[in-house]
Amino acid sequence: MADTYPVSVTINGEKKEASVEARTLLVHFIRETLGMTGTHIGCDTTNCGACTVLLDGRPVKSCTIFAVQANGRSIRTVEGLETAQGLHPVQQGFHEEHGLQCGFCTPGMMMTSVALLESNPKPTEEEIRRAISGNLCRCTGYVNIVKAIQHASVAMREAKAEPVAAGGE
Amino acid sequence: MIPARFEYQAARDLPHAFQLLEQGGGEAKILAGGQSLIPLMKFRLAQPRALIDINRVEGLAYVKENGELRIGALTREYELERNATIRSRYPILTDTAAVIADPLVRNLATVGGNLAHADPANDHPATMLALRASVVARSAKGERVIPIDELFVDTFTTSLSAGEILTEIRIPKPAAKSGGAYLKLERKVGDFAVAGSAVYLVFDASGKVTSAGIGLTNVGSTAIRARKAEAALVGTSVDDKAIAAASQAAAAESQPSSDLRGPAEYKRDIVRVLTARALRRALARAQGGS
Repeated sequence: MADTYPVSVTINGEKKEASVEARTLLVHFIRETLGMTGTHIGCDTTNCGACTVLLDGRPVKSCTIFAVQANGRSIRTVEGLETAQGLHPVQQGFHEEHGLQCGFCTPGMMMTSVALLESNPKPTEEEIRRAISGNLCRCTGYVNIVKAIQHASVAMREAKAEPVAAGGE
Repeated sequence: MIPARFEYQAARDLPHAFQLLEQGGGEAKILAGGQSLIPLMKFRLAQPRALIDINRVEGLAYVKENGELRIGALTREYELERNATIRSRYPILTDTAAVIADPLVRNLATVGGNLAHADPANDHPATMLALRASVVARSAKGERVIPIDELFVDTFTTSLSAGEILTEIRIPKPAAKSGGAYLKLERKVGDFAVAGSAVYLVFDASGKVTSAGIGLTNVGSTAIRARKAEAALVGTSVDDKAIAAASQAAAAESQPSSDLRGPAEYKRDIVRVLTARALRRALARAQGGS
């Protein structure tokens, strides 16, 4: 039995390689092997969505997939949201609308929001609530989280309409 | 929580997967979506010596309709949920996919895994019972088609043999006048069903039921076919009296146990209520409604 397995991923556009045990969960690979602790571990039982990352563009619970399964694939985490131009519109939305209280669910909540808005730029409130239904906020701050996503939706559509104004409001 | 050590093997194609299963000698498990298996491994309720990852096997994720409906076992629940053919022709499957776990889980979870895991709390088993589906099991020796009534042996136990992989689900073509629906009561998004009821009705030209399928979720050691409830519908036009008789029969046929999701008596009554509602929805769909 091989003790470790090589894993090569593109994470936030950067290629990373490491050898890990087969049983290493993707969230531990991201947090401990790669040292990127923006992705949180909440319940560790596939319930809460705090560990949500984008795997080839789709939000998944990184505590419920092995790192070896991500070999050769592309991952985005909360660390990849901010650019030299500033915060991602979703981050800006959570800031402006106070879309967090304790902040523990926020990285996962934002990654789900990013995936939603990239596939559905103008979601209804019902679509937003449905999209984030796998991400739990125990502060029960859902009202402001929904507002934050709506804020980001407007900003992302405006930015697309006027690419020159990227980074501004 | 960290699972016990295991050997990881990524299958290149099905023959490779069969070979790895053979080498595993009954101690290797197939890893598809992993959304049930990995949590069980983290709790160490499952400790397979090896995992055979079939996620890189091509040609196992598809939805095709030519005569009957064929769903590749590796089709993700989110793909089923948003598939236009499924939505317009088999809305009972859209009902089902849309209430499995939560959207994040559905991005990885597979239709084949939902059946092969044989958890009575899973949602597809009841729906497939209602639809009188069958599954294709392939192995190094060939393939066989297993009627859904012969698939579920007990909790977490199917009639698949050690060398077999569930590769496809087959669902009969909908009759000219037919309708189905799946309803589930859950305490919160992502929880298993308190109970669920899947209903599929086929009518003749005069509006009388010629065949009825009813499957129940999480009220027994496997998903349950409610045969007496089905029989109570055949020959009726699904009027209030038939709905009352069938839903009461389904409740009587359910075998729930009391747990954190409620006492058995409560769950039995939920089966009655959900079955009655699903029958009304199936009837409306058969008549052209949604």
